Amino acid sequence: MELSNLVLRFRGQPNDVVDHVSLAAKSGEVLCVVGESGCGKSVTAMALMGLLPPDSSLISSGNLRIGGETFDLTRDVVPRAMRGNRIAMIFQEPMTSLNPAFRVGDQICEAIIQQGGATRAQARARAETMLRRVGIANPAQRLLEYPHQLSGGMRQRVMIAMALANDPQVLIADEPTTALDVTIQAQILDLIRDLRDDIGMSTIMITHDLGVVAEIGDRIAVMYGGQVVEQGPVREVFDNPQHPYTIGLMSAMPGLERPGARLAIVPGTVPTIANMPEGCRFRTRCVFATAACARRPALSEIAAQHQVACHFVPLEENIEVAR
Amino acid sequence: MKQDIILEAIDVVKHFGTGGGWLSRYPVVQAVDGVSLEVRRGETFAIVGESGCGKSTLARLLMQLLTPTSGDVLFEGRQVSAIKGQELRRLRRDMQFIFQDPFSSLNPRMTVGKLVGEPLEIHAPDLSAQDRRAKVAELLRQVGLRAEHADRYPHEFSGGQRQRIGIARAVASGPKLIIGDEPVSALDVSVQAQVINLLGDLSRDLGLTLVIIAHDLGVIRHMSDRVAVMYLGRIVEVGTTEDVFADPQHPYTQALLAAVPSMDGAVTDHSETVHGEMPSPFDPPQGCRFHTRCPHAQALCKTQVPTLSTGKRASHQVACHFAETLPAQPRPATAPQKSKTAEARFALYRAATEGGAIAHKEKQDRP
Ligand SMILES: Nc1ncnc2c1ncn2[C@@H]1O[C@H](COP(=O)(O)OP(=O)(O)OP(=O)(O)O)[C@@H](O)[C@H]1O
Ligand SMILES: Nc1ncnc2c1ncn2[C@@H]1O[C@H](COP(=O)(O)OP(=O)(O)O)[C@@H](O)[C@H]1O
Ligand code: SF4
Ligand code: SF4
Ligand SMILES: [Mg+2]
Ligand SMILES: [Mg+2]
Repeated sequence: MELSNLVLRFRGQPNDVVDHVSLAAKSGEVLCVVGESGCGKSVTAMALMGLLPPDSSLISSGNLRIGGETFDLTRDVVPRAMRGNRIAMIFQEPMTSLNPAFRVGDQICEAIIQQGGATRAQARARAETMLRRVGIANPAQRLLEYPHQLSGGMRQRVMIAMALANDPQVLIADEPTTALDVTIQAQILDLIRDLRDDIGMSTIMITHDLGVVAEIGDRIAVMYGGQVVEQGPVREVFDNPQHPYTIGLMSAMPGLERPGARLAIVPGTVPTIANMPEGCRFRTRCVFATAACARRPALSEIAAQHQVACHFVPLEENIEVAR
Repeated sequence: MKQDIILEAIDVVKHFGTGGGWLSRYPVVQAVDGVSLEVRRGETFAIVGESGCGKSTLARLLMQLLTPTSGDVLFEGRQVSAIKGQELRRLRRDMQFIFQDPFSSLNPRMTVGKLVGEPLEIHAPDLSAQDRRAKVAELLRQVGLRAEHADRYPHEFSGGQRQRIGIARAVASGPKLIIGDEPVSALDVSVQAQVINLLGDLSRDLGLTLVIIAHDLGVIRHMSDRVAVMYLGRIVEVGTTEDVFADPQHPYTQALLAAVPSMDGAVTDHSETVHGEMPSPFDPPQGCRFHTRCPHAQALCKTQVPTLSTGKRASHQVACHFAETLPAQPRPATAPQKSKTAEARFALYRAATEGGAIAHKEKQDRP
């Protein structure tokens, strides 16, 4: 799957909330999209899925290619028929996307039947297989239960089962483990990894946890203020982080530094979309910012498959810091 | 030598009934079930565990915001439940609380000046209005805000700034001990780092004792001197942060640490360390509460409750029947390896954030 040049603005706002974002994931590959809250990760995912209502949002540029087909996102959304069997999404909070009034089994069957072809009995058998596949014991019993009868981890498994029921080529997972405890998160990550290996789907994993990226990602895209500021293979970006925001995020993580030492910080907070500066959007928080940063830096190649958008990379060659 | 214990819990129990009369068959949640712990003066003591294990309930018990079903809490050696009147006010001054949610824990109709000044009105009533204003300004500066912020309302601030307001409020009365229930969990990592630094500075500068509740093991490892691990209402392991992270003794602690995604990208098979999900707190397992998920469980574990007892180090206690015989699971004590390049850039970045003079060289744009 390949998304190119997505530009999106909420109507009535002065700036684009997603600004020329391009993302790609090969089959069998996990692309992790990271960044702090409000940097446009979910909006990008929703736009991919065609879930943003056109009366409140305006897409002025963007193409999505899945397999051999290309969609012009400015004109049409991915047809409903393709969502589900080509591209499926799981959300951060499973309770909001499972209907509390219906049995789990009926909801999964519905998703399967909607994609066409299956009879009720086939759908039911498929639903049972899927639940077993995502590691739920007693699937026949669970199909008869309501969402509130399941734990958070189990609900997330049901969501994954539902999303994968029609063998999608692309799975978008928006912070699928953020609401879960770490032992359950570990189980879900194991599951996503196994399924990726079995099915060979492309996965876009949205997260703000760099540990999750290290654990499951093949490639990483770092977003700030609705733009991709750095992207590349995970190992390469971790070993050779270039953008000041990437470096800031990594140094702010507790657990990487000696315990008790002061953490390096990214000063300030993310500006609202209306207050985004011109030029490099990070410049109101960047310690290296200078007048040149009022011009927007292009996302350009710094190493094999590794791109970064900053006027001063590599930093050590262009900037000196006297202590 | 007996350590200077500022706060102590002795076999504290809190059971919540969930409605109905005394004859009702509504289940009881054993939220905290026999917790004993000692917090030493000046240390940062962490309580870690997964959702629903009773951390917040324990914090509220320690703060006297909840009355225990049984057991005692001692502050500076005195039984807290027996403290009344004037003494209780002094206790409230000495022990303060920081809440998880910076969005709902501040009264939206009060200005920041009023919010931070309120504890002063209660605990330092003799202060003149002018002195109080000066003190509020000083507190705001201390937590990294500005004096002129005093006239604004909470909704005008970001999450991290609101947490700073909460911290200023907690520090205002000049407490000896602050309990924080997930004080940084709601914050993004860059802002979280700012608040972690602030708490560290305050505890050092003011000689505060901190009790920090968190579920993020990275945060705990970074901030705390000692840590207690909770599972379903009980403490299963307690020791110095260094020992617990480097050589966890309890199978649950081992599983918890193995579950943290590792930055060096090593892939762990988690089915080996912990099975299934947390049992319902309405009907916790008999014996060792972890036995339904423990890969090492044996028949004894289903019936006998293991007690917290000293293992191979005097300062390290574990509640597991087989702690002595389990295979050791030492973990690398050092932070994950960083490449030389990454190391150098982190150092450059750190120097710049800490006020180093920055010079841009001639070469700028690339085409
Ligand atoms: N007032 C109450 N009435 C009934 N049950 C309660 C009450 N407060 C807490 N509980 C229950 O007690 C148990 C422990 O809750 P507690 O809030 O202490 O957990 P926690 O460890 O802080 O979890 P989290 O990490 O999700 O904040 C839970 O099962 C919870 O549902
Ligand atoms: N329906 C909407 N209308 C207007 N603004 C929105 C809407 N949804 C999200 N936003 C704004 O878009 C920005 C990006 O949000 P989002 O993609 O949810 O961030 P995240 O990276 O945390 O997923 C935020 O500033 C958010 O407030
Ligand atoms: S372009 Fe300027 S402001 Fe933007 S990241 Fe680079 S140095 Fe910082
Ligand atoms: S007492 Fe038994 S069940 Fe409990 S942690 Fe130890 S080995 Fe596991
Ligand atoms: Mg989001
Ligand atoms: Mg809690």
